[in-house]
Amino acid sequence: MNARLILKDGEIFEGQSFGYEQPRSGELVFSTGMVGYPESLTDPSYEGQILISTYPIIGSYGVPDKKYWESDRIHVSGLIVSQYIDTPSHFQSKMTLGDWLKKEKVPGLVVTDTRYLTQKLRDGGAQLAKIVFDTSTSLSTGFDDPNKKNLVATVSTPRVSREGAGSKTVVVIDCGVKKNITRSLIERGVKVITVPWDYNIFSLKEKIDGIIVSNGPGDPKMCDVTIETVKNILTKKIPLLGICLGNQILALAAGGDTYKMKFGHRGQNQPCVMVGTKKCYLTTQNHGFAIGKIPKDFKPWFINANDNTNEGIIHENLPFMSVQFHPEATPGPVDTSWVFDYFLEKLC
Amino acid sequence: MKKILILGSGALKIGQAGEFDYSGSQAIKAFCEEGIKTVLINPNIATIQTSKELADKVYFLPVTTEFVERVIEKEKPDGIVLSFGGQTALNCGIDLYKKGVLKKYNVQVLGTPVSAIVLTEDREKFANHLHKIEVATPKSFAVTTVESGLEKVKEIGYPVMVRAGFSLGGQKSGVAHNEKEFISVVQTALTFSPQILVEKYLRHYKEIEYEVVRDQYDNCVTVCNMENFDPLGVHTGESIVVAPSQTLTNFEYHHLRELSIKIVRSLGIVGECNVQFALNPHPSSPIEYCVIEVNARLSRSSALASKATGYPLAYVAAKLILGKSLMEIKNQVTQITQSFFEPALDYIVVKIPRWDMDKFKGTSEKIGSSMKSVGEIMAIGRTFEEAIQKGVRMLDIGVLGVTDNNFNLTTDEILAKIKQANSKRIFFITKALKLGITVQKIYELSGIDPWFLNRLKIIVEAERELLDVGTINKLSKQDILHIKQLGFSDRKIGLLLKVTQLEFREYRKKLKITPSVFQIDTLAGEFPAKTNYLYTTYNGNHNDIKPIGEDGVMVLGSGPYRIGSSVEFDWTCVNTALNLKKYGKKSIIINCNPETVSTDYDVSDRLYFEEISFERVADIYEFEKSSSVVVSVGGQTPNNIANKIHKYGIKILGTVAVDIDRAEDRKKFSQLLDDLDIKQPVWNSFTDMEVALKFARDVGYPILVRPSYVLSGAAMNLCYNPTELKHFIEKATNINKKHPVTISKYMVNAREVEFDGVAEKGHVKVFAISNHIEHAGVHSGDATIVYPAERVRFFSGERMIEIAKQLSKSLNISGPFNIQFMVKDNEVYVIEMNLRASRTFPFISKVTGVNFAEVIVDSFFGKAKEQRIKYPNYVAVKAPQFSFARMEGADPALGVEMGSTGEVACFGETAEEAYLKALFSTGLSLKNKSALVTIGGAEFKLRFAESIWRLKNLGFVLYATKKTHLFLKTKGVRTKLVHKLYDKQSPTVIDLIEKHQVSLVINLSEDYNNEGSFKRVITDGYLIRRTAIDNNIPLFTDLNSARFFVNALDRYKIKDLKIKSWDEYL
Repeated sequence: MNARLILKDGEIFEGQSFGYEQPRSGELVFSTGMVGYPESLTDPSYEGQILISTYPIIGSYGVPDKKYWESDRIHVSGLIVSQYIDTPSHFQSKMTLGDWLKKEKVPGLVVTDTRYLTQKLRDGGAQLAKIVFDTSTSLSTGFDDPNKKNLVATVSTPRVSREGAGSKTVVVIDCGVKKNITRSLIERGVKVITVPWDYNIFSLKEKIDGIIVSNGPGDPKMCDVTIETVKNILTKKIPLLGICLGNQILALAAGGDTYKMKFGHRGQNQPCVMVGTKKCYLTTQNHGFAIGKIPKDFKPWFINANDNTNEGIIHENLPFMSVQFHPEATPGPVDTSWVFDYFLEKLC
Repeated sequence: MKKILILGSGALKIGQAGEFDYSGSQAIKAFCEEGIKTVLINPNIATIQTSKELADKVYFLPVTTEFVERVIEKEKPDGIVLSFGGQTALNCGIDLYKKGVLKKYNVQVLGTPVSAIVLTEDREKFANHLHKIEVATPKSFAVTTVESGLEKVKEIGYPVMVRAGFSLGGQKSGVAHNEKEFISVVQTALTFSPQILVEKYLRHYKEIEYEVVRDQYDNCVTVCNMENFDPLGVHTGESIVVAPSQTLTNFEYHHLRELSIKIVRSLGIVGECNVQFALNPHPSSPIEYCVIEVNARLSRSSALASKATGYPLAYVAAKLILGKSLMEIKNQVTQITQSFFEPALDYIVVKIPRWDMDKFKGTSEKIGSSMKSVGEIMAIGRTFEEAIQKGVRMLDIGVLGVTDNNFNLTTDEILAKIKQANSKRIFFITKALKLGITVQKIYELSGIDPWFLNRLKIIVEAERELLDVGTINKLSKQDILHIKQLGFSDRKIGLLLKVTQLEFREYRKKLKITPSVFQIDTLAGEFPAKTNYLYTTYNGNHNDIKPIGEDGVMVLGSGPYRIGSSVEFDWTCVNTALNLKKYGKKSIIINCNPETVSTDYDVSDRLYFEEISFERVADIYEFEKSSSVVVSVGGQTPNNIANKIHKYGIKILGTVAVDIDRAEDRKKFSQLLDDLDIKQPVWNSFTDMEVALKFARDVGYPILVRPSYVLSGAAMNLCYNPTELKHFIEKATNINKKHPVTISKYMVNAREVEFDGVAEKGHVKVFAISNHIEHAGVHSGDATIVYPAERVRFFSGERMIEIAKQLSKSLNISGPFNIQFMVKDNEVYVIEMNLRASRTFPFISKVTGVNFAEVIVDSFFGKAKEQRIKYPNYVAVKAPQFSFARMEGADPALGVEMGSTGEVACFGETAEEAYLKALFSTGLSLKNKSALVTIGGAEFKLRFAESIWRLKNLGFVLYATKKTHLFLKTKGVRTKLVHKLYDKQSPTVIDLIEKHQVSLVINLSEDYNNEGSFKRVITDGYLIRRTAIDNNIPLFTDLNSARFFVNALDRYKIKDLKIKSWDEYL
């Protein structure tokens, strides 16, 4: 079926539908990763966004079992690819990408010139867009700005859960956590308690050895409750690791500031230099906001080797640290998984 | 580090080709930027790296321990780099290290430590190393009994491959899927061989590669991963390869990536490294893989990865070995980011090997674990369909797409061709798909992932739908766009719809269906890039760039390397592009060969990695609004489309298309020669066998036969009698009205001469004459060529100059030309003329010191100066490099069809000195002073007698077959008698060669055909030649080069050969 992608600036792109056929709107963003579409689509950080894959050929290895996903459902509002493959080939594939999108009620469109879309966003910045399927409703549907919503509240877990076993306990504040963060901790022999984004963690009975503030979608300033929680954690000097949105939340809680980037970093080839060394790491990223002002008593930990933006901060002497990239990868290179080890060494 | 010695890779051969010109050139540029003096040893004179603009000093000398040591002694470099010259440089470096030469002269090996290289070269030690760092390799063990085998096989698990001893060439090997089969196979194998090798059978595993770079601060990235279309068992150089991988999940991709990095770190690599994996497509655990190979140097794959991603791997590797960190090296493509990143592609790249099996009598089309291909192409598209269709056209093998497969075979035969990998497998697959064979069935037979097969099926189905529609008017714009997006060419669509290519082109242009021009920017559009690296696609609807306009001049490259078209055309193409700057022009190169320097990011103003076809050239010309196109510097491929692009209205720079045609068309050219009173060998075209036979009888045998239509095998042949003529015509071709056969008188004992020149508006501006050592009849590409033409008499030379002037004037040449002359009894004949740069242009340019490519460009703009090249006080000899060892079964005798894959050239005070250096450069080594001589025919025996005397006086022990032995006895030369095979007496010639009792084989015959190649009889001569090749023993099959060699050997010992750099001669 023919469908259209309409940008807020009025530009319209014809497309072929291969997913669920129901209009959706969101913030249009692109990702440059060449593998890992099942992981990306289920990454809660993409909540509210229509994702363009710059790699043109998508769907090649189908969709694996749920246990390989990064959350229980697809979070993107829509997927735009240049070529959709409906004959996947992989031993783990359970269904085609198209069937999955249909099942999860997410539209998918083939818009051949995804490179043009990418360049447009790169030059003009991320913008709102919608996917429509027939002329009558297209104009009436508005443009939803996900950044004006508290997306974290939408994607965060509603309840406290406990996984893994070990002498140390780490609380993960779920702002839209990717499952591989939890897996990475459990693999390292840690007991993990996952709590909602606005949960009062001090009400937990267990002794907390460390806290991870997870990744998540949208503007960090929307997470006022979490920011307050982190302020408390800092006072109590409990070791803390922020990841992605958690990085921004730490900065805000400690007195720093964040800003919206032009089109963000989304991909698996972002180089991050550890400040003061000649060590560089290839990282997975998925963010539209970044730390501007570094909080007092913190120092830059990583910076982006391409555009020099901040990629993480670390406290001068206390065990507080955060990274803008994803040490848990999935999708992407696993070069920075050592960040978990580094953090776990600092546990109380 | 003040001075670095770089080892080149020498002549192009199968398995080691143009990619090392690319990597060496990049390295030299990278070193120069740092103010380091560079000394290069590379006898491959056609390369770009051996240009004045690159290395500070160039030695055209063999890359062997003896010669390199003497260069080190003379140049006293601080450092040496081994990783930019392929296996040749690596082996030489390891030898220098082991012999203590590097220590003696205090030369530091830059980059990866030699110990690591040595480790990767030793299979067993390397496997142990990998096991230590918990990386898997194929499991294997050796056993001598069935019982111990049964015990050990438990550790590996079924299925297993059982191999009998290596000497049998894998003949007695078999696969066992269970205990019962295992017992049976092992029992059989043990009867042939006392020990057998059992290894895990990795049937139909995927083959995946990673290209890794690492700096001395331990920063590591994988620049590219690639997936082979063919499963494990087909050498990666023989496989169609795609980048990035298509069928790997995130987990698989990154798991293998992490392992690659782990391996590279464990070896302490600084620079570049390639890691190859086998991956089970149906594992019982999340991942089952093993490491197949690691190359601790730049490789063919790294050249491909570099072109596929736009990441200049060789340049970066060179900076890294100087101690820089990846972050300190600017991303040359974006100019704003740095080199620590992994390119994100927003396109797919397909590499396809180019084979020339037809050129070798006696070899098969089968491909497998060793390389046979002579070149490759790389195609870029936004879908696999688009890229693969472009790719097969780029091969220049006469197909218009993957669906061109008019095989007259049964279904069973086709399925057999799919099961056994071969050079045309992809066409058999599409044929099977047309016949309705399922993807699953093809997968089971071939092991090619269904992902690829399904893509091919889409193409096959689209073609069928198009045929069903039948006429162009019934197609919507969307239909046409769709078929173009699947990579169909205008010509193919035209054929399917019964319209001409041009009619279809006009039709689609009217519908505004034209390809988009996209950049390769390494970051998938995330950053604005300054890149000039481009491709075209129908899967897009905008252009990344604006046209250059009037200032743009398009230069067409040579396409894939193959027998007869190789790095020499890349040299001319690059030099032409570079010289266009002089006239304020912007160069736009079109080429599709990832092994070239012309496809490097910094050679041209714009590079289109595209097909050299009329359609694409016209597309780019129209998009760029270029002023003109150069067709004369990329060999025959661009020359072939000259007429077509001219008729379309595209301006060709230099000689006009009509005149090119007058030289290319045999009839027209012959008429021109007659008009000008220039002699040519008698020839004619025939459509009737009887008339042909009569002509041959009249002019006298031998004759040279050229069919216009080739069924199989060689296109040209020498025939010595009517039986051979009949045989050849019946077997290799059709003779009829549509397909005439050209027959020309073949002159025995005629000297062949090359005349290379550049003319402007019909006036010859510069020229050089060189002569062949072999007599006419040996293809000029296989000939040994000497400059200056010492063996051409003064008045013959003057006559040639006169002829060249006449022809230049008549054809109104502006640009390059080459005339092949023949001299017989002091008469000068013209054999052939080409109005394009010839294979000898780089050789001639480098040995005369006059850059002919520069003069070509000058001539285009009316500024060429007339210059007469001074007779030199040195001699240079160009010698061919053969790769017969790779072509199993091929007859290595020289003939009218070219068989060499590369060339070298060396300088000397005499031709003999230069020739000896050149021979050592092509791998000649004499381990002991003993030779086998077998000479056919009384005349050859007489003419070689003197040389035999010399060999004897040099202390050679000579072996000879009966007739030669008896003949030499009459001349007073004692030789040891050896028997031919059919004598059924030992020792046979074969024993002698196989036991390496001789280190030189001279096998001369007046007529190799007569030995029975038409009758498919295996002759003694063939066996002698083939066994010599298979045992790596130097072989001479041409009387004149053999004599020249013996003279050289008589005159020089190795230590007498002078170590002088290029600039010391010129």
